[in-house]
Parts: sequence; C-alpha cells; structure tokens
Amino acid sequence: MAAPRDHKGWGSALVMTLYLLFLLVPIYWLVNMSFKTNAEITGDFSLFPRHLTFANYRTILTDPSWYMGYVNSMIYVGLNTVISVAVALPAAYAFSRYRFMGDKHLFFWLLTNRMAPPAVFALPFFQLYSAVGLFDTHIAVALAHCLFNVPLAVWILEGFMSGVPREIDETAYVDGYSFQRFFVRIFMPLIASGIGVAAFFCFMFSWVELLLSRTLTSVNAKPIAATMTRTVSASGLDWGVLAAAGVLTIIPGALVIWFVRNYIAKGFALGRV
Amino acid sequence: MDKPLNNRAWLLVLPVLLLVAFSAVIPLMTVVNYSVQDTFGNNQFFWNGLDWFREVLGSDRIRAALGRQILFSAIILAIEIPLGIFVALNMPKRGFWASLCLVLMALPLLIPWNVVGTIWQVFGRVDIGLLGRALAAMGFDYNYVNDPVDAWVTIIVMDVWHWTSLVALLCYAGLQSIPDAYYQAARIDQASRWSVFRYIELPKMSGVLLIAVLLRFMDSFMIYTEPFVLTGGGPGNATTFLSIDLVKTAIGQFDLGPAAAFSLIYFLVILLISWVFYTVMTAQKETL
Repeated sequence: MAAPRDHKGWGSALVMTLYLLFLLVPIYWLVNMSFKTNAEITGDFSLFPRHLTFANYRTILTDPSWYMGYVNSMIYVGLNTVISVAVALPAAYAFSRYRFMGDKHLFFWLLTNRMAPPAVFALPFFQLYSAVGLFDTHIAVALAHCLFNVPLAVWILEGFMSGVPREIDETAYVDGYSFQRFFVRIFMPLIASGIGVAAFFCFMFSWVELLLSRTLTSVNAKPIAATMTRTVSASGLDWGVLAAAGVLTIIPGALVIWFVRNYIAKGFALGRV
Repeated sequence: MDKPLNNRAWLLVLPVLLLVAFSAVIPLMTVVNYSVQDTFGNNQFFWNGLDWFREVLGSDRIRAALGRQILFSAIILAIEIPLGIFVALNMPKRGFWASLCLVLMALPLLIPWNVVGTIWQVFGRVDIGLLGRALAAMGFDYNYVNDPVDAWVTIIVMDVWHWTSLVALLCYAGLQSIPDAYYQAARIDQASRWSVFRYIELPKMSGVLLIAVLLRFMDSFMIYTEPFVLTGGGPGNATTFLSIDLVKTAIGQFDLGPAAAFSLIYFLVILLISWVFYTVMTAQKETL
C-alpha cells in the first residue's frame, strides 16, 4: 500500500523547483561567467556566453601559480583525510565498545575542538608551526585541520560502529581472532560505508576551509582558495579567471556527492542522525 | 548501554589524544599566555594581569561586533530553521527525484567558503551580477558595497543559500524515520494537515531539529570567510563580525594581548554552547 505522502502533488513540486532554482541560479551565473571573456563580462550583459571561450580555464591549467594551488590543496587535504581517519578508527572503537576512565569528558573535549572558531587558533597556529619549522608546508595545514576533522571523524565513526552489534566482536574473540586481525579483517569491512563517509567529510571540511590554510602558507603550500583571494585584490578585474577557478573548486565535491547522498545528514550531524 | 569497563581502551585513544593535544592544547596555552602578558617587542614579555580582559570587555568596538554577531545569528536561525523544515516537508519521499533533490541541495554545502563569497560577489554586483542587474532593472537602489543594509541583506541571503539545505537535510532524515502506519492512522482519524505536522512530524523531528539549531548557531556565530570575501567587514564596520574583528586584531595589527583575551572569551562562549550541544546529543542517544 502506498503511503499518502508519496503523492505530494504539484504544490510540493513547485516549492522544490523554486528552492532548487534559488540554489542553482548563483552557481549558474558563476559557470556562465567562466566561459566569457573579460570584455564580455564587464561590457555586455547576457544570460549566455555569446563568444564561448575556454581561455579562462586554459589560463588556470597552464599557469603553475594557478594549478599548483589545486595540487597543494589536494596534497594537504589528502594527507589530512588519511591522518584523521587512521587515528580516529581505533579511538572511535574504544568509545563505542568500552567504558574507561574519563571517556565522557574526553568525548566532550573532542567536540569542543570541532566547535572552536578557527579565528581563535589562527595566530597561535602560525607561531607554533613557525617555531617547529613547518610553516608553509603541506603537513602543517594537514595537522592544523586535524583540529576539527579528527573529532568529526571520531564522532561519525562512533555513530556507525555503535550500529554493529557487539556480539560480533565477542564471537570473533572466542574464535581466537587477535584484536588487530579482527579489526582489519572483520570489523573494518562491516563499517566500510562509515569509513567512506568519515573520509568524505574530512576531505570536504578540509577542502572548504580557508582561514587556517591561508594563515599557515605563503608560497610552497598555498591553497587554491588563497590563490583566488590574492587575484581579486591584486587585479580586481580578471573576473573570468576568478569564475573559472571557482567552478573548478566545486567539481571535486560535486563528483563524489552522489555516492554519499544518503549519509549527508548523518555526516553533518556528526554521526548522530 | 552496558559497555564493559576497560581502561586499556585508553591505548586506542592515545593517537587521537596526542594529535589533538599538539593541534589544540599547545596553541590554546599560547593564547592563555599572551592574554596575561604585555610586550614592547623584542620578545620581552611582562606580566599584565587581567588588564587585557578588562580592555576587551570594555571595548565599544568589540561590544558592537558582538551585538552584530548575535543579531546575525538570530536572523539566520529565524529564517533558516522554518524554511528548512518547510523544504524538508515538500521533498519527494523516495526514488530518483528524492536522490536528485538530495544531491542538488547538498551542492552549496560542498563549495569552499571563499568561493561562496565569490559566487555572491559576482552575482550581486550592480555592474556584472545577475541579481544586481535584475534589482536595478526593477528600480531598486541596491548596492551591497556602499549601503550597510544592502550588505546585511546580501550576507543573510548568502547564508540562507549556503546553509538552509543543512537544516532541510537533517529534518528530511528525521521525517524518513516516521513509519507509514502513523500517517495511515492520521488519515483514518481525518487529521488535518496541521495536526499531522504538529502531533506526528514535529515530535519526530525534534531531535534532529535541535542538532540543526545548535549547529547553525555555532557555525553562524563563528562565520568568517564568506562575509570577509563579500564585503571585507564593510561598508565601514557594518558587517564586521566577531571572527573578522579578531583576525584583524590578531594578524592584521598583531595586538597579541587583546587578541588573546578576546579569543579566550570567545572560546568560553563556544565551550558553553558545546556543552549544551553535547548534553542534547547524548541524552538523545540514550532515549533511542
């Protein structure tokens, strides 16, 4: 029997259409602009590019000061994702399976780091990483982003792990599995989707963050986001390239979003839905 | 929930502990250190007591920024929460269209925050933006660069654009957990649309809704990148929120003492809200 709310009617369709239009029109404008020449952007107002050009994308993909921004971002985001998930896995297991001294306080303390304003940490991070000689390296940004990504990964993974019945662990131990073997061979495949989701959210939050990554880098590890802000302030005119760079930063998220669509809410709510 | 007591579990938590200690505790202690000292340069510091805290708490500039911040967060919640619920109620329940809606709605959430600023910059500008042009054509005197009210409206619309989907996705997840039998029972009782919402949907959504409210409050309370890119805190100081002011003081002017005291107060506020958040989250888990 079909539920009554499967047929929501035209009113709902209209609401959703309007809302999605509201979401997509600004993005459309950016894409539209990225295919125009600067002369057309400033001089000639049109809903579609009249003189379709790929020159803006060519500029980015051939100029190292532009495309290295993407490479740098990818490197530290990748590093951060690997580190965050790797350290969060055992910790999340501990939180989901055992009680131990101070566990609740620790879990709360992790959360406070996810909620900490990056602005508070910008200056001390700058000094800390300068002091240990890591300023302007990829690992510095990767470690700095662990501030909010490790707690996020722990919370998300804990949410997924708590959905796996504890009897499975106990049976495996009775069968003579060591902890390591059990964890890698049996447990990790069981929570594979959880690991994927945690990795996706670490990737994403590291990718969208600008304040810390900009503060901690100058040349060698400069992220694409910072490259963009520099261009705006310096020339203020190269709208086409700016738009093209913006479009290229949207693509990684847009590519993988289909695979995590059913877990998006869970990830944003730190594994608690 | 009767988990076995095992203090060796600490070993599993140790890597996280070390990593977060390096990236959170050390920097935080630096901040504490600066907040009670003063310097004439040359790395010579001397004890300054609580003067910085007094200065920060008495500063008109920071009070004004705090006022703007609270107003901003209040407006954001007042718009995004009802709108998010409304959108979630209208989403298709399953099938291809539901997936498509999920993906399209999540799109703004995955865009780097400075690009969000850039998108609205090029969208809203009077000379090259679709929105700016359209409003001008309709006879509105709209210019977010010069007019404080326009700047505020633009930032709020931008945030609604950016984050309403989060509220909607969370509410949608809550709605999905309602069994069809509830709706059938409501139909048999000939319940009105409003009472279905009030007595079935809203109670089932209350948990996720609380999470949504807290997340949106926290994140709007520390907003930095998007308004920074869009307006740079201007015109004047009209859109200088707490984080923007803090970064200006700390990195722009390198006023370590006041910036550190400011940071600690800011952090304590966040800590308090985190605690509420945590209590809500864990209480909810235990009732499930």
